[in-house]
Amino acid sequence: MLLVSILVIPLATGLIALVVPWRPLVGWMAAVSDAIVLALGIGLAIRTTSRGPMNALHGTLRADALSAFMVLVIGTVALAAALQSVRYLRVEIARGACTPKRATLYIVLVQAFVTCMLGAVLAANLGVLWVAVEATTIATTFLVGHRGTSKALEASWKYVVLCSVGIALAFLGTVLVYFAAIHPGGGPVVAHGVNTLDWTSLMSVAHRLNPDVLRLAMALIVLGYGTKVGLAPMHSWLPDAHSQAPAPVSALMSGVLLSVAFYALLRFKAIADAALGPAFPRTLLVVVGITSLVVAASLLLGQRDYKRLLAYSSIEHMGLLALGAAAGSALAIAAVLLHVLGHGITKAVLFLASGELHQSEGTSEIAKVPALLSRRPALGAIMAVGLVALVGFPPFVLFASEFSMFRAEVDVGMGWVVAVTFICLVVIFAAIASQGRRLLLGEPAVDAVQETTPRSVTVPLVIALAVCGLLGVIAWPLQSLLHAAAHVVAR
Amino acid sequence: MIGYAAALRLASGIVLLAAVAMLWRRDLRAAVPVLAVQGVALGVVAGTLALHQHDVGLGVTAFLVLIVKGFVVPLLVWRVVRRDPKIRETAPLVNVTASLVAAAVLIVLSFVVSAKITALSPSVATRLVPLGVATILVGYFLLVSRRRAVSQIVGLLLIDNGIALVTFLVTSGVPLIVELGSALDVLLVVVVLQVLVVNLRSRLGTFDLDQLKELHD
Repeated sequence: MLLVSILVIPLATGLIALVVPWRPLVGWMAAVSDAIVLALGIGLAIRTTSRGPMNALHGTLRADALSAFMVLVIGTVALAAALQSVRYLRVEIARGACTPKRATLYIVLVQAFVTCMLGAVLAANLGVLWVAVEATTIATTFLVGHRGTSKALEASWKYVVLCSVGIALAFLGTVLVYFAAIHPGGGPVVAHGVNTLDWTSLMSVAHRLNPDVLRLAMALIVLGYGTKVGLAPMHSWLPDAHSQAPAPVSALMSGVLLSVAFYALLRFKAIADAALGPAFPRTLLVVVGITSLVVAASLLLGQRDYKRLLAYSSIEHMGLLALGAAAGSALAIAAVLLHVLGHGITKAVLFLASGELHQSEGTSEIAKVPALLSRRPALGAIMAVGLVALVGFPPFVLFASEFSMFRAEVDVGMGWVVAVTFICLVVIFAAIASQGRRLLLGEPAVDAVQETTPRSVTVPLVIALAVCGLLGVIAWPLQSLLHAAAHVVAR
Repeated sequence: MIGYAAALRLASGIVLLAAVAMLWRRDLRAAVPVLAVQGVALGVVAGTLALHQHDVGLGVTAFLVLIVKGFVVPLLVWRVVRRDPKIRETAPLVNVTASLVAAAVLIVLSFVVSAKITALSPSVATRLVPLGVATILVGYFLLVSRRRAVSQIVGLLLIDNGIALVTFLVTSGVPLIVELGSALDVLLVVVVLQVLVVNLRSRLGTFDLDQLKELHD
């Protein structure tokens, strides 16, 4: 019942938004539905950590601590994005860039998008997981192109073509895993049935799966879901889509969609670890992880657009997650999950603040919006604190998670990886610091926009940043959940 | 009456042949019937397997594939092609002769890649897996070497049909719920692409992918 209602509430809100003409109340209703999802997620987290996994709908839905954790992340970011969506749409309609009909489309698609992500993390079956992840692509394509400019349409074309092609490979990988599962070595043949692709039944036969086929499958899975995660070299859709989408959608895509695809990788990696040993999946993940860090570092250096800056930083953080997952110990996975949460909140705050900036000043070029701290102290301060949190300064949560990931990586003998990572992080820090300085400090132009940002925008963002800071110092509310979730997929 | 093995080989062969024909013909209108033939052949593959294994669920899937990939998807592509004033792939990055040579290389490559899959469970069906893998690779080649929007949609569909062929041959289809979901996803992607083409065309006049160059670093 709990699992079903987590899916039904955002979906039902979307359906109501479909029939009721747009008004801000509809947007607030969407936010309330996300708040309920978050509350249910907390309930689910408490239940799964104390009493183990639960099923619903005859085993179609299944939640363990890992799924519960992902529901929490999705609920948190979706709530923050929904609160800003109302203002985004109101301003767009006021300046004539959006019609009430398109506002309805926006709310409906965002609700469908959130439902698909929740479906992906609650699916028992890896095939259903694939269907849900692919469905997120369809829901978000029109959201990326929602502004209707030629740039936005270009971004959505690239997005849907590249992600569909990429995710098709993940389907082939899933099929090969299924093929290996119905022909396991050394034991009775597994029934060719609906449940064969369930993650739990795959885990129970994992040690008997044919290693040759599984190696091929795992390579396809990393390439396929890796495209959707935005790992280099399959990342080229990401900066375009994230910079062109409306800011609340960018926050959702960067903050959680990437992590949901990463969640799929974690599930498959657990199977591959059991079937092949840790070496092969680790090599794959280290290659894509390091490549992502290097690509992000080199493209961040000359970045002149603040939304693209944030997009490349997402590629960096996904690279860090891949390296953490490569280490694979319980400590590493716990750190990876904490990083997912920390990155989700921090990136959502930054995208939402940059959306406010973009909407009021009409440009996303850093050089054209200087001296934010003196011109617009509230928004500037949020951006400043957000950037400090993003590059991993204490006391923010990303410092704690990165530090733990490094420790876990050294523990399993990946010292050289940590060294390379550290060099990339220094370069990225220098790039973000210099662009951030141009954005926040300097001389304001005489006719620059001065208006103050309304409380309804700043208060949620400040609360989110405070949560990031608090979680970095005291992670105890999450400790048992992280521990339980990490042990689901850790070796 | 041809037997199970012959029917399976013939239909799988047609799927690959249709993919190669896409590389050969530059007239985008020709893509529509070729796609339809490929979709029907794919339905026949699934249907043959269903008859051979007396599997009702697979029979349902076969019927679904026949309708969706044999009729609905080609119809949607036709609606995009119909309104396109430039119906030839005028300037592919690789010319037709070189494309066909590349296809031959890709087909050889797919036999090498598929050896491990066939080895796990050798049967009439799994020996045909290279044909599916080759269809996927030809689809990728089409996607990267052509510049018209319609060609990209066709490339995407070839990849998808190749994956469907591999799926049927190695596992006789994944569970029905996954099959339904993926069929629906493909259908929606084509609809999305169709809408995007219409929007982009109304904004840019005609629509070449070369015009998509505003976003870069």
